[in-house]
Amino acid sequence: MIETIKRYWNAISTPSKYYSLGFLTLGGFIMGIIFWGGFNTAMELTNTEAFCTGCHEMRENVYEELQTTIHFTNRSGVRAKCSDCHVPHNWTDKIARKMQASKEVWGKIFGTINTREKFLAKRGELAEREWVRLKANDSLECRNCHDFEYMDFTWQSKRAAAQHSTALASGEKTCIDCHKGIAHHLPDMSGVEGWD
Amino acid sequence: MKFRITITVLLGLALTAGALAQNVATTRDAAIDVEVEPPKLSRVENDDIKRARAYPMQPPTVPHKIDNYQVDTNANKCLSCHSRRRTQESQAPMVSVTHYMDRDGNFLADVSPRRYFCNQCHVVQRDVKPLLDNDFEDIDELLRADRN
Repeated sequence: MIETIKRYWNAISTPSKYYSLGFLTLGGFIMGIIFWGGFNTAMELTNTEAFCTGCHEMRENVYEELQTTIHFTNRSGVRAKCSDCHVPHNWTDKIARKMQASKEVWGKIFGTINTREKFLAKRGELAEREWVRLKANDSLECRNCHDFEYMDFTWQSKRAAAQHSTALASGEKTCIDCHKGIAHHLPDMSGVEGWD
Repeated sequence: MKFRITITVLLGLALTAGALAQNVATTRDAAIDVEVEPPKLSRVENDDIKRARAYPMQPPTVPHKIDNYQVDTNANKCLSCHSRRRTQESQAPMVSVTHYMDRDGNFLADVSPRRYFCNQCHVVQRDVKPLLDNDFEDIDELLRADRN
């Protein structure tokens, strides 16, 4: 074992005998681009709607519900797909979220929510997790599209303007505090703050 | 006796059919086998202005949009503003106290299950031309007419 490590260490710590410096730097550079590009492409692939709805757990529960909401169809055709709200856009945060998602792979393999009944039983816990995440990052995924700086209260209804210009403006509340269940059905809300 | 019941039932059926035919004739400006173009969707009034009630027991209409409000066994979006516990923060009108009573008139701690589904009585309004003429008269007008 030690011998093998020593041999490899010797190989990478001695100068190259056969390849030119130009080949090694250029080759390394090109391979770097290919690796980096491939890595990000593969990661983006896991952000597509086709990937998310590839499993029946998502396709037949939450995706079905999304289709009735304004985030799926609306007059202007702007639309949010799964990853727009559930995966951070910022690279490091995205990697962190993708690593957490390995637990979802576990869930898929062991069928944690592979029936409608199991999903409904677990829905509260799953929703709670997303609310906590969005509360902690000040509803970052909402704000990727809905920028407070450019909100025109004069175009909002009286009630909306009243809330947005006070509680939201002061930072006392964040989007998810009031706008729960806008893209999916709500779980049992008894005991959730602001609900009765 | 039996004969009379049959006659009554038949008469009732005939009247219902007549009334239905009349409704179809007035709300649908086309033959029954012709597909008419549906009217354009109208906007829901969303100005938060309370409307007058046509009679004292009329359930108040909703003066705002309620698109995608979830009202089911899991959640009641309406009550998240209009319930007794929420009105101080929301400044919305509280659901009337009758909603906290069971059918024997006993007061409950929470909204009674029989009054839980808001949409059964409370609806939004749209600024559209009525399909049928409405000759409803307010009780005050009737009383005034009686006096004269």
